Amino acid sequence: MDYQYTLLILLLPFLSFLVLGLFGKWMSHKVAGIIGTVSIGVVACLAFYTAYAYFGAGRDADGTFATELPYNFTWLPFYIGNLHFDMGIMLDPITVMMLIVITTVSLMVHIYSFGYMHGERGFQRYYAFLSLFTMSMLGLVVATNIFQMYMFWELVGVCSYLLIGFYYTTAPAVSASKKAFIVTRFADLGFLVGILIYGFYTGTFSFDFTVSGSVREFAGASFILPTALFLMFIGGAGKSAMFPLHIWLPDAMEGPTPVSALIHAATMVVAGVFQVARLFPLWITYAPETLHVVAWIGAFTAFYAAAVACAQSDIKRVLAFSTISQIAFMMVALGVCIPGEHAIIDNHGSLGYMASMYHLFTHAMFKATLFLCAGCIIHAVHSNEMSMMGGMRKYMPVTNITFLIATLAISGIPPFSGFFSKDEILAASFQYSPLMGWVMTGIAAMTAFYMFRVYYGIFWGTENKEYHEEIKAHGHLGEAPLVMTLPLILLTIITIFVGWTLPGTFGSYVSATGQAYVIHLDPKIAITSVVIAVASILLATWIYARSSQPVAERMKAAFPRLHEWAYRRFYIDEIYQFITHRIIFAYISRPLAWFDRHIVDGALNGLASGANGIGERIRPLQSGRVQQYAYVFFLGAVVLFFIMII
Amino acid sequence: MDYSQFLYMREELSLLLVILILFVADLFMCPDKKSGKGVYNTALPVVLMSVLTIVNLLPCCGAQACEAFGGMYQYAPMMTIVKSVLNIGVILVFLMAHGWLSRPENKVKQGEFYIVTLFTLLGMYFMISSGHFLMFFIGLELASVPMCALIAFDKYRYESAEAGAKYILLALFSSALLLYGISFIYGGTGSLYFSQIGALLSGNSLLSLLGLTLFLAGMGFKISLVPFHLWTADTYEGAPTVVTSYLSVVSKGSAAFVLFTVLIKVFSVGQLFTDWNIGLFWIIIASITIANLFALRQKNLKRFMAFSAISQAGYLVLGAMGGTAQGMTAMVFYLLVYLVANFGAFAVINVVEQNSGKLGIADYNNLYQTNPKLAFLMTLCLFSLAGIPPFAGFFSKFFIFMAAFNAGFRLLVFIALVNTIISLYYYLLIVKAMYISPNDQPIPTFRSDNYSRAALIICLLGVVLLGIAGWVYNYIDTLSYGLDTIL
Repeated sequence: MDYQYTLLILLLPFLSFLVLGLFGKWMSHKVAGIIGTVSIGVVACLAFYTAYAYFGAGRDADGTFATELPYNFTWLPFYIGNLHFDMGIMLDPITVMMLIVITTVSLMVHIYSFGYMHGERGFQRYYAFLSLFTMSMLGLVVATNIFQMYMFWELVGVCSYLLIGFYYTTAPAVSASKKAFIVTRFADLGFLVGILIYGFYTGTFSFDFTVSGSVREFAGASFILPTALFLMFIGGAGKSAMFPLHIWLPDAMEGPTPVSALIHAATMVVAGVFQVARLFPLWITYAPETLHVVAWIGAFTAFYAAAVACAQSDIKRVLAFSTISQIAFMMVALGVCIPGEHAIIDNHGSLGYMASMYHLFTHAMFKATLFLCAGCIIHAVHSNEMSMMGGMRKYMPVTNITFLIATLAISGIPPFSGFFSKDEILAASFQYSPLMGWVMTGIAAMTAFYMFRVYYGIFWGTENKEYHEEIKAHGHLGEAPLVMTLPLILLTIITIFVGWTLPGTFGSYVSATGQAYVIHLDPKIAITSVVIAVASILLATWIYARSSQPVAERMKAAFPRLHEWAYRRFYIDEIYQFITHRIIFAYISRPLAWFDRHIVDGALNGLASGANGIGERIRPLQSGRVQQYAYVFFLGAVVLFFIMII
Repeated sequence: MDYSQFLYMREELSLLLVILILFVADLFMCPDKKSGKGVYNTALPVVLMSVLTIVNLLPCCGAQACEAFGGMYQYAPMMTIVKSVLNIGVILVFLMAHGWLSRPENKVKQGEFYIVTLFTLLGMYFMISSGHFLMFFIGLELASVPMCALIAFDKYRYESAEAGAKYILLALFSSALLLYGISFIYGGTGSLYFSQIGALLSGNSLLSLLGLTLFLAGMGFKISLVPFHLWTADTYEGAPTVVTSYLSVVSKGSAAFVLFTVLIKVFSVGQLFTDWNIGLFWIIIASITIANLFALRQKNLKRFMAFSAISQAGYLVLGAMGGTAQGMTAMVFYLLVYLVANFGAFAVINVVEQNSGKLGIADYNNLYQTNPKLAFLMTLCLFSLAGIPPFAGFFSKFFIFMAAFNAGFRLLVFIALVNTIISLYYYLLIVKAMYISPNDQPIPTFRSDNYSRAALIICLLGVVLLGIAGWVYNYIDTLSYGLDTIL
């Protein structure tokens, strides 16, 4: 099968970026938006066709889908060992799945932004950055080797920085973009060091870990490889906002809401999960214990973020913490994989791999829906605070329904997609250890609770009538235009149907070994999780659905400390502030600055003035007299002769 | 005699054909002296040279290394690449020269400029493909004598004439020494064929060492390496800007490549190999360091570019160390990248000079305010020259350092690296002038002519894309040869 056209998947968004970036100034908003949207639309068609062709091509003799390499060329050769930096395109099941996720959500966001960003200054720039981001994210998932992945990894980081800081005239956006960039860059240092260690010991950057069906033997596997993998995971933890590197994601909500939907909910933030999944054969073969450490980090992050989400009042912050929590679910699912009995990687032991990818897929869809709904609401009431909302179901029926369905999906209620993927994650967790299973079930219950809290807070609850009257007086309070609601409806349709209508099940496309894996719902786990989710929803309904909330007030009064701590996100940001400003800046940076200013600069200034001095001394050499030039020339030859003779 | 041997020289012969066509065109299409209106324009030579380059490159993929006329003429596919790189340089020169040549005092001489330039190019072609010292010397002189005419092209301008005189006097001096050196070699071996001398030269004799010294000195003059560089600054400053750019890249690049091939063909037996490595070692250090020291203090941009060019030549020759195939790849790639970056900078200098007559670094203060695109382009080119990623210059420096490092010259690479930092300082001085330094009367806004724009765009594309498009380097790598690989 020949996939030469896949290059277009990268080229089209890039061209669109170039055109919009270079000539956007002379375009009308409409033309710029159409260029961006059409190019991403074509790319989405190509991605779907690729998926159709790839999964339709059938399986190899060993029951797996063949890994295709339509392009792979050496970009920078080294002449030491076999190391070289390659660039190319690799297609395997998870890449193809990611292509669909990225292009679908990106297309929806492109369409949606027409309405959301309407009349915004820098509209063309916005679309240019969206195109660049899409290109980078696609490049990240099709990477043939870890180095290429790292390059695109950094590119998505830059795009995220540019888009968070899109409203660059407002101070919070600027500081949020800086925070996001610095925190993730700091984490990427670990990634880079990990790559270098990995490349040094294994002699390759390639993602081709297999030699005739089994995982290749690597030198230094015993101790070095787990270290390298964990360092790379730190990079992934930065991008995927694992505790304690999560602090940038809530602040990143300062960017335009569609950007939050695309980058900070559906695609870029799952890059860390994707990275672990990509390196999964290495993790499970050489570092299963370290993998379980990842699982516990994920579990803690999931719990922490869910707890914080229960107390936030800004709807985008709630969604941000919910994203952190859900990504942590995916991380846990990968982390709880255990080596199989007969082969190291088997579909039973590595159920979590499939579950994680499944959840990544479904989460991208319903979380994008939630964010886009939030965008519609913010568009209507011009505020992120729940206290400014309440009772919105009267004004925004479409948003209400889509938000509700997405909320049911994230809470794990059948038949919506989230139920199926979350159930697999819980099954994988129970398989690893009952403790982990119950912890994750508890967090799933918290998820249902806080999501319905925010749902009721927006659409039911106490309506802020005064404020709403004011908005009506100035204009219009109601449903967003079709261009914004259409993406919501489309994404909701995916959320409703993808769990039970996919031909075969998700496991027949993506699984740890690559062979088809039939998913069995474990009735015990399924029933338990549904019952707990329903109970949480009822609890939330009891507390928040009514027009006055005495229970919530009483609870807040009963545990003031706890509420305050959760609202302040357990003061993690303050701890960072303290560490960076009080300790690092005062005791490390300041002495270093002194050293830099007095010793390093002094030495360089000395060098410079020395160089200047010498320059002044030898200036007579350049006298302009030809005789002297010839003389020096001859003398030079003589000196050269003596140098060589010695 | 087998006349089919001439077919091996197809590149030289087709260039000669281009020259003849231009000659005839010059006769019949010469602009009218009274009205000054001309039909003869820049497009003709540019198109002809582009066609020539493409035609040369097309069959090159399958061509084999061969010899003609008993080994007087030698060909290797790599030479086509080098010649094509030089062609690109010449095309850029022609594009840049349009504005200058359409001035009233130059209009009549337009055809002359093209023909004389192409003759120097023909000389370089012969020099590159020579297999015999006489052939090499004729090529060298063919490249050098018309060059003097080019330098003194503005013959009524005092500086131009002076620069021409200085150049021809010193070129004669260096040629004489080179010839003297060749005579030593002939005295020692009784042959002038590269293929024979290699075997006949005895490693330890003083005669061959003298020959080597004088050969290095002669080539050092062409490439303007320290201490044979003293003519450079004066000549570069006096010559017309277009010619300066030609001198700083094309003439230098061809000589560097020939230095490489002759050193590995002729002077790599026994002790001589160590000798020239030591000699080049010190020449490179001196070139890079001393040129950097001088560049720090320049006030005139053309003089500044002269010292920058000397320093860059040092890096270029770094590829010759050890005479490895990897070094040859790195050198040719470096030449290509240096060509686009340097021509880009010179194209900006040239259009600014044509439109405002200003050449001082201080005149460029705040250029960004009035001509933002030019300032931006100049910045990119200077970044590339300084070797800042992700521009092409970073990759070319990286490859050249890696080649020298792998050949075992680690100290040299370290010194070169330190010098890169110093060079960063003076390149950034110009960027600072253009963007930061205040100026009450910046150079007024102007629109450059279309030919210069074309040159600028080509250079911009080269600076941005050459580093990223890895296949260029890989393709050159498949054709390169050195002491470690059999040709």
